[in-house]
Amino acid sequence: MKPIQIAGLTKEFRLGLGRQRFVALDHLDLEVEQGEIFGFLGHNGAGKTTTIKLLLGLLFPTAGRAWILGRPIEDVSVKQLVGFLPEAPYFYEYLTAEEFLTFYGQLFGLDPASLVKRVGELLEMVGLADAHHLPLRKFSKGMLQRIGLAQALIEPMSGLDPIGRRDVRDIILGLKEEGKTVFFSTHILPDVEMICDRVGILVKGRLRAVGAVHELVGTSAVKSVEIVVEGIAPTGVQGVERLGGKVMKRGDQVLIRLDDDAQVNAVLDLIRQHRGRLISLVPHKRSLEDLFLKEVGGSRA
Amino acid sequence: MNRVAVIAVNTFRETLRDKILYNLVFFGLLLIGSSILLSTLTMGEQAKIIKDLGLASINLFGVMIAIFVGIGLVSKEIEKRTIYSIIAKPIPRYQFILGKYWGLVLTLFVNTSIMVAGFFVTLLVGRVTPDVALLKALGLIFVELLVITAVAVMFSTFTTPTLSATFSLAVYVIGNLTDDLRVLGSKLKGSVTKELLDSLYYLLPNLDYFNVKGQAVHGLPIEPSYLLSAVAYGVIYTTILLTLGCLIFQRRDFK
Repeated sequence: MKPIQIAGLTKEFRLGLGRQRFVALDHLDLEVEQGEIFGFLGHNGAGKTTTIKLLLGLLFPTAGRAWILGRPIEDVSVKQLVGFLPEAPYFYEYLTAEEFLTFYGQLFGLDPASLVKRVGELLEMVGLADAHHLPLRKFSKGMLQRIGLAQALIEPMSGLDPIGRRDVRDIILGLKEEGKTVFFSTHILPDVEMICDRVGILVKGRLRAVGAVHELVGTSAVKSVEIVVEGIAPTGVQGVERLGGKVMKRGDQVLIRLDDDAQVNAVLDLIRQHRGRLISLVPHKRSLEDLFLKEVGGSRA
Repeated sequence: MNRVAVIAVNTFRETLRDKILYNLVFFGLLLIGSSILLSTLTMGEQAKIIKDLGLASINLFGVMIAIFVGIGLVSKEIEKRTIYSIIAKPIPRYQFILGKYWGLVLTLFVNTSIMVAGFFVTLLVGRVTPDVALLKALGLIFVELLVITAVAVMFSTFTTPTLSATFSLAVYVIGNLTDDLRVLGSKLKGSVTKELLDSLYYLLPNLDYFNVKGQAVHGLPIEPSYLLSAVAYGVIYTTILLTLGCLIFQRRDFK
């Protein structure tokens, strides 16, 4: 039983008076595994939000089906098992932090006694314990995001550890430790590279790539090497250029760029022969960002 | 607590923290109280003036609260996107609409009670003895408010606050004139206009049905069977409107 299983999920919108068709999501097939952190990547308008809204029942699919923990998404009871953190926090401004969490907790059907305890723990965890009587209207943007996080965790996080889990990343990793599955949509790539087990890249409503970050990027795929040397003789520089290095001079320093790491040793030999002093050698690995740009760029060409 | 009640309590809280409500109740009380002053201008008709103006004020301000608070209840949630996090919780959409409706009914009940209390104080000050007929009239005013609230909530499930205010007010005004529609229609035999007027007559709520203010003020009898059928009519009409609202809301996409 997969936490999330999506088969051929499609959403079309009809826009304007001409009722022009716009395909926001085009036959998405995707499976998310138990206990993994899945990063869902794509530009604005790629269909990430549409997918999440379909999964939560905010939108109805034009075609295709999806299941959450084995139950079809049309079944309202699946939401008992899901915590949702919207990207922009829109909450009831007239409620205080405590009333707000209590209200949402009641929608999960929690009993009054455990709800009081839980609301306290959640406020403590996101660092809003002092603001529990403040109406959300008076919250700063950062505070709204934290209360948003708290409401998303009302049900899913069972063993709350109030201390030291204030950071979103820590909380996501904490959820994973508990065996929960995290599906998150973002365009901030370094976050994803650091914590996601697998990613999916969505381009214009279609899934372009899916897999573990290291699989997609390649562990040893060095994209280019940058070498900085000092005091190398001009003949040495010519030798480097013959080996395919691009050279830039900056006073006594020379910056050498190699497109791959095949010639690194040959270049280093040349540098030593011509009395160059090595200042730095930086291999540039292919990053998720490059992969992302390549996938997205490919579709534009 | 079941989920409809959870939404209803929160809606009640929402309306209590809305300033528009206090303004309406304040002006309602002001108008009810002012009937004392007005009654002194007449000879021998003081009791009727106080009763008439009191009932009319409660009716008018109740309708205004029902419409102006009711139209915003659902559409504001969509506009402010608070609906996103609610739909993501384990609550069926129709229960959300019902909760919103009952929350507003609770607000109306409390506000009408405050205005009724003000009304009885005014009667006391004006040395008018209240009678059962007044309670009957007040009861039917409340049933009318149940229907108007359902109209406002129904419109608010698929359109903007401004449009649903316009539609709800139109339904309220025409709903009070449905008998005239019928009379007008009968004079236009066989035309398209007649059919339009006839279908409006059957489609729109006959709000005049709930109006026994005249009888109550002038001491005319209000039969229990009439009361019963008016209440039944109101309940059935409300049920149909809410069902319609839930059906519309159930299939709606939130982009």
